[in-house]
Formats: sequence, C-alpha cells, structure tokens
Amino acid sequence: MNTQRLSSQTRTTLIAAACLVLCAMASVLTLRRVDQLRPRATLEDVLYISSPKVVKRASLGYDGLMACIYWTRAVQYFGQRFHDRSLSYNELAPLLEMTTQLDPQLLVAYQFGASFLAPRPPNGAGQPERAIQLMEFGVQNNPQEWHLYYDLGFVYYMELKDYAKAADAFERGSHVGSHPFLKIMAAQMAQHAGELDTARMMWNAAYQSSQDKLVRQNAVEHLRALKVDEDITNLQSTVTRFGQKTGRLPNSIYELATAEKWPGVPVDPDGNPYTMDHTGRILLKHPEDFSFATQGLPPGFTPVAKFHDQ
Amino acid sequence: MTARIVHIASNTFREAVRDRVLYNLIAFALLLSGSAILVGQISIEIERLVVINLGLTAVSLFGIVIAIFIGIGLVSKEIEKRTLYTVLSRPVRRWEFIVGKFFGLAGTLVVNTFFMAIGVFGALLYVAHKLTSSDATILIALYFIVLEFLIICALALLFSSFSTPLLSAVFAFSLFVIGSFAEDLRGFAGMAHGLTRWLATGAAYAVPNFSAFNVINLVAHGQAPSGQLILQNTLYALFYAGMALSGAVLIFERRNLK
Repeated sequence: MNTQRLSSQTRTTLIAAACLVLCAMASVLTLRRVDQLRPRATLEDVLYISSPKVVKRASLGYDGLMACIYWTRAVQYFGQRFHDRSLSYNELAPLLEMTTQLDPQLLVAYQFGASFLAPRPPNGAGQPERAIQLMEFGVQNNPQEWHLYYDLGFVYYMELKDYAKAADAFERGSHVGSHPFLKIMAAQMAQHAGELDTARMMWNAAYQSSQDKLVRQNAVEHLRALKVDEDITNLQSTVTRFGQKTGRLPNSIYELATAEKWPGVPVDPDGNPYTMDHTGRILLKHPEDFSFATQGLPPGFTPVAKFHDQ
Repeated sequence: MTARIVHIASNTFREAVRDRVLYNLIAFALLLSGSAILVGQISIEIERLVVINLGLTAVSLFGIVIAIFIGIGLVSKEIEKRTLYTVLSRPVRRWEFIVGKFFGLAGTLVVNTFFMAIGVFGALLYVAHKLTSSDATILIALYFIVLEFLIICALALLFSSFSTPLLSAVFAFSLFVIGSFAEDLRGFAGMAHGLTRWLATGAAYAVPNFSAFNVINLVAHGQAPSGQLILQNTLYALFYAGMALSGAVLIFERRNLK
C-alpha cells in the first residue's frame, strides 16, 4: 500500500516537474515572440505618464528612487537610439525633464542629458534649445555647481555658436567657487570664439574636469576629430597651392610631400598616412576611427560611434 | 508592571520570528545585491544613489507592510485563538497587553531594520569601494524610518483593537497613503476658505505626516537633516504614536470580549 502510494507520489512529482519546466520554457518563448511584435513598447509606455507632478505624487515620497529609474530609462533610450543611428529622439527630452523634476539635484542628468540632447543626429537629439532649458533648470536648482555653468556655456559654444551667451555662462560660473579657468573661458569666448584652438581648449577642459570614463572618451574623440579637421584643411590648402603653381593636381600625396619637402607623408592621430583621391581630395585611411571628423570622409560615408581612451 | 509588558513584548517578538517574518530579509538581500550589480551596467554614475534610494525605500516599504500585516492581527488573532482570555485571566491589565504588543512589534521592526541597514551599507561598500563620513547621514534616514514604523504600529494596533483584520489593513494602509500626501493636504487647506479651510486643516493635522520622515533623497545626495528636524520628528513620532496607542488602550479597555 505504502509502496503504491510512493510510486503514485513519485509519478505526480515527475509530471508536475515536467509541466513546470515545459510551461516555464513556453512562457519565455511566447514572451520573446510578443516582444518581437511590439518592439520598444516598454520604453514608449513611460510617456503615458508625462506629468512629473503625477509621478512625484504616485511615488509616495520615494521620488529619489523614481528619478533614478527615469534616468536609467533615459540612458537606455538614448543608448538604443544612438546604437541604431536613429534620427529621432522624441522622448528623450521629456524623460530628462521628468528625471530632473523628480530629483532637481541629480547633477548627472543635467550634465549627460545636455550632451545627449544638444548634438545633431545621429550623435544626439539635435535639440540644443531643450538642452539649454534643462541646464538652466539645473543652474536654478543648484546655483553653486560650477560644472553646470560650464556645460551650459559648452552647449552655447559648440551647438548654437552663440559665443556671447557662452561667454555669459562661463562668466556666471566663474563667480561660483574658485575656478579661474572659467574666467579664462569667458575671455577666450569674447576674443577668439570661432577658432579651432578655442574648441581644442574647451574639449581639453572637458577631459580634465571629469573623472567619468564616458565623458573623457567623448572629449578624446572630439580632440582627435579636431586634429584631423585641422590637418586636412591645411593639406587641402597645400593641394590648391600646388595646383595654382603647376596648373595640375598632384598625382598622389607622395608627390605633394616631395614638392613641399616634407620628411614623409602626413599621418593622422593613429599614425596612418592621409590619402588623396583622383580629384585632389584628402581622405582619411580609416574614417570609421574618427566619429566626429567633418573633413576627409569619403562621399556617402556614415560615421559610426567608436571610442578611444587616449 | 514593566516585567509584564516586557514578557508580552518578547512573546510578540518570538511569535513574529516563528511566523518567519524575518524571511523578508532574503528578498531584501536579493533585491539590493541584484540592483548593486545591475545598475552600474545599465545606467551612468548613479550606482551610489540607487543603492541608497532603493535600499532605504525597501527598508521603509518592507517595514510598513510588516507593521500593517502583523499589527492588524495582534489583537484579533489572540481573540480568535482564545489565548487572550488566558493572558487576561492572569494579573495582566488590558492596557499592558496593548503596550506590550506595541513594543514587541516595534522591536521586531527595529531588528529587521538593523539587518537591512547592514545590507544597505554592504551594498554601498560594494559599489563605492569605500564608506565616507557623509554616508553616516544614512543612519539618520534609517532612524526616521524607524520613527515612521512606530506610528504605523500604533495605528495598526488602534484599528486592530476595534475592527476586523481586513478593515484594519485597509484603514492603516489608507492612512499611510494619505499621510504621504499630508503636505499637499496642508497646501490645499491654505488655499481653501471658511469651513472648508478649518476642516481641511483639521484633517491635515489629524493624519500622520509621513512626508516629514522621508529624507531618503536628501541623504542620498550626502546632505544631513538638521538637528532641529531630528528632535522635532522624534517628538512628533512619540506624540503621534502615543496618541494612537492611547486610543487603542481606551477602546480595548471598554471592548466587550465575551
């Protein structure tokens, strides 16, 4: 009797265990199918609640945690779109505004948020005005944080080319704490705003003033791109001068180097020689290594995000 | 008198432990360690903030759920099992029973919070690799959470002394939600006129102001609440819990247990 009951119990256990495993596997597979049918649904859903006040109240006072959740969603949203080289970032600004309304002291949301919002697609949302609004809200709530003034000036300088407002932001920041380099920035804006050296100084400052790996990598990429843009602009002038002198284009970059009595062919920051096509255009050997370069790119080339540490 | 209260309190604590209440610590540990590992990979520069915010929010919510669900059964379960009659047939006064139960439940929550606090600091050490002096402010937030528990325990006991467990849970949880909006209620009272203003102001002061105890986000940013706030919150929690407990005693003293 006991043996019979035991075997019946064992059978039930085995069947239940098998059912459990099968149902668990089936539910995972079904969910994956559902995800394929409605991609990104989770991230889109968040905007059904677009009022920070409602979210703040619904959080029952735990708004700091909600801000962290919204910030993580904003990072995920931007990362996904950036990876897909998307041209639209419609939900990014509302996500960032929600985050900062929930926790106005979450500095990282202003600093990274502005660098997500301001650059033109596909490197960012192409919404420098929203980035400015975000930074101004940050400054209003954290008037003693000099980083925010610096980032505000940065957006004005890099994206809007509004040198007067950039100078004003740096000037305001220079009154907070003891950061004399903001004073220098303000002066530089006033005198040499559009120059390449000023841009180089800004990215160098961005590199040195942050310990964050991503911020530093971004600054390195921009510095590398500036060097390439400067080199290629100079080389292109040399090609034009050669043409004016000889009445023809150089056959190769080697002929140009020989004519100019250079010790060798000029190289990019990675040590790869620049090349020249049959129309006299100077090109990068590996344009995919310079995400933010605007010169030396083959026609129709789409830059991809690639980061270097140095 | 004190010995009787201590006996009832220690029995309440033992009963909670026997009911596997402290098992929630496992869920808490999983939640915190999972988030500490995961957040660094999916977000930027908020690992410390998340550990503090999530850790303290979980301490608070787990504790409130425990306080409500154990608190509401403290009296009714004793009546249902008829053990209350055995207790009261001994030289134990009804008010001692209520006060003992309160301290037993509060003790359970303090022990629970202590272990959770170790978990929060452990997770913080894991993500930040070191603890700084500003992390000591987390202790203040934990202290405020414990004060919150005292009020919830007293309220749960108050409702438990005259109502069914289900209704007591609904009342206690509703008061927790309303209490979280207490400042909004006060703002609303400020905008109203005449009788509405008086009623709204009365309601705003009658419900417990839980938002005053929530300094989680403040300490997450390394800022310390003022000494005055600590003192006033302590007094407020003691007075409010004392008020609810006195109400529970008054009702229970007059309750017909036949």
